[in-house]
Amino acid sequence: MPTTYANPRYPAVVPAAVRSGRPEHRQVAIVGAGLVGLTLALDLASHGIPSVVLDEDDTVSFGSRAICFAKRTLEIYGRLGLGRRMLEKGITWKTGRVFHRDTEAYAFDLLPEEGHEYPAFINLQQYYAEEWLVEACNATGLVEIRWRNRVSAVENRPEAAHLWVETPEGDYTLHAEWLLACDGARSFIREALGLPFEGKVFRDRFLIADVVIDKAVEFPTERWFWFDPPFHPGQSVLLHKQPDGVWRIDFQLGWDADPEEEKRPEKVIPRVAAMLGPDVPFALEWVSVYSFRCRRLARFVHGRTIFAGDSAHQVSPFGARGGNGGVQDADNLAWKLAAVLRGEAPPSLLESYDAERIPAADENILHSTRATDFITPKTPAARAYRDAVLDLARRFPFARPWVNSGRLSRPAVLAGSPLNTPDSFPGGAVPGSPAPDAPVLDAGRADWLLRHLGGTRFTALVFGPPRALTLPQGVVALFVTEADTPGALWDHSGLARARFGVPAGGAVLLRPDQHVAARFADPDPEAIGAAHARALGRAAPPLRRAA
Amino acid sequence: MPLDTRPRVADPDAIFALLVEAHAGLDEAASRRLDARLVLLLMNHIGDEAVLREAIRLARESAQA
Repeated sequence: MPTTYANPRYPAVVPAAVRSGRPEHRQVAIVGAGLVGLTLALDLASHGIPSVVLDEDDTVSFGSRAICFAKRTLEIYGRLGLGRRMLEKGITWKTGRVFHRDTEAYAFDLLPEEGHEYPAFINLQQYYAEEWLVEACNATGLVEIRWRNRVSAVENRPEAAHLWVETPEGDYTLHAEWLLACDGARSFIREALGLPFEGKVFRDRFLIADVVIDKAVEFPTERWFWFDPPFHPGQSVLLHKQPDGVWRIDFQLGWDADPEEEKRPEKVIPRVAAMLGPDVPFALEWVSVYSFRCRRLARFVHGRTIFAGDSAHQVSPFGARGGNGGVQDADNLAWKLAAVLRGEAPPSLLESYDAERIPAADENILHSTRATDFITPKTPAARAYRDAVLDLARRFPFARPWVNSGRLSRPAVLAGSPLNTPDSFPGGAVPGSPAPDAPVLDAGRADWLLRHLGGTRFTALVFGPPRALTLPQGVVALFVTEADTPGALWDHSGLARARFGVPAGGAVLLRPDQHVAARFADPDPEAIGAAHARALGRAAPPLRRAA
Repeated sequence: MPLDTRPRVADPDAIFALLVEAHAGLDEAASRRLDARLVLLLMNHIGDEAVLREAIRLARESAQA
């Protein structure tokens, strides 16, 4: 059915261990070559850490699946070298419209703040992101993706995870010092280890219809959401634009719908036609029917096995929090695992992945559960209030923020993290926040601050002129100044310092994942050293006693 | 500021009649939605989350068996 994209088919990989019959030893094995597994592999490679990625299939995502890439995700891919490609191919959107019955209730603008490299959202089919991740992983020479390698058994031992793997030409065993389970909502690893995955099932079903609309028909690049429209009474509908002239339409079907029946083109085409009207020619690209749950593992780190993405937590699609949440997991885990493997941090640093990403997962689950409850009211009272909000929203702006058609993914602020050094600066990016972007000039050339932060090392961002600073190993100084100064980035708009909320002459310690670890009134090397040790999960060095 | 439960409406009979009249001619569902709109308008007017929480709690507690 798809006409705009042909899935690449990658050759099966049969490693030497199949012939030799001896177990293969690897530092890092990733199960699942999806968005999260590939992002982790690429991020680890950026730190010089090799990995092997096992996937039972031989291609990227079939169907567009996660299409909304949020700003923070784009920034992460910017750090990994894929951000611009995604931005160029993706559809940038910022206007949403909400309809109730046959009229527009209101329109909203995501009101993106000026002075950031990446927009609030782009829409891009998941298969493009994955295909480019595969290319980027292969280009590092450090990632070995093994297509058609299916894990059939796993044992989580104290010193390594043992995997039994099937290939088209025989089986082998793989002992991985660290096993990263990125094998999705139905994770085999999670089930094989008998880990409970608990939460809430929503008694509702949705139909995704991706359609190609004739190019002659003009549709605005906006997110349209209908509550109870005349063409699909009693249910909700979402319309979203993707690249290649493809439109995503989500129809709420209700719990009693028969998934197999609803997928038949004879059933889907009339639904789409009723919505688009008689004059809009279209062709079906991809159809899927889904129901969903909101649930998570109690912990993501289990000895030698660490879960990331949908294998660790599952949310409803409202708010685009599945893919974006998973990519943030990868962003959080990669530098920590790299630091542990390089011996720069104790293995206990990995516990902070739980401490940081479990609250983030809970935030995503909370928002997507509330959105689901608004879209699918569970009781007559809930429906009455939901409809009352929509009635009022048309006339009164106060009611518009009450309308919940999905609270769109925002980056988690890791406010309670043990890696943060607390401070008392009023406002700005508090410890645990992802670094805000800002426009800067680099030797007269327009540039973005985030391009200079994090990566493989910590950054001491100093708002003052370049000077010699004695910083701990693994911390690189970056100077940002109010006037054009050689050796510094010029904060010509003043936005950089304002967004970090530190005084002139102040400093910020950023982690490799570009999150704020600590802020300082001045770049005192001792204070930076203590914050750096804390952010690596090491005991802070004793403070020198004043003589 | 706690929820003010002292008598504050000067002419309760008139306001009560107004409330009942507003529901005239409405079926059960429409009536429920009118009440819902009214609650939302008043909640927004009050604004204070602590007061709203207390009002919800007291309303739940005040039902006679």
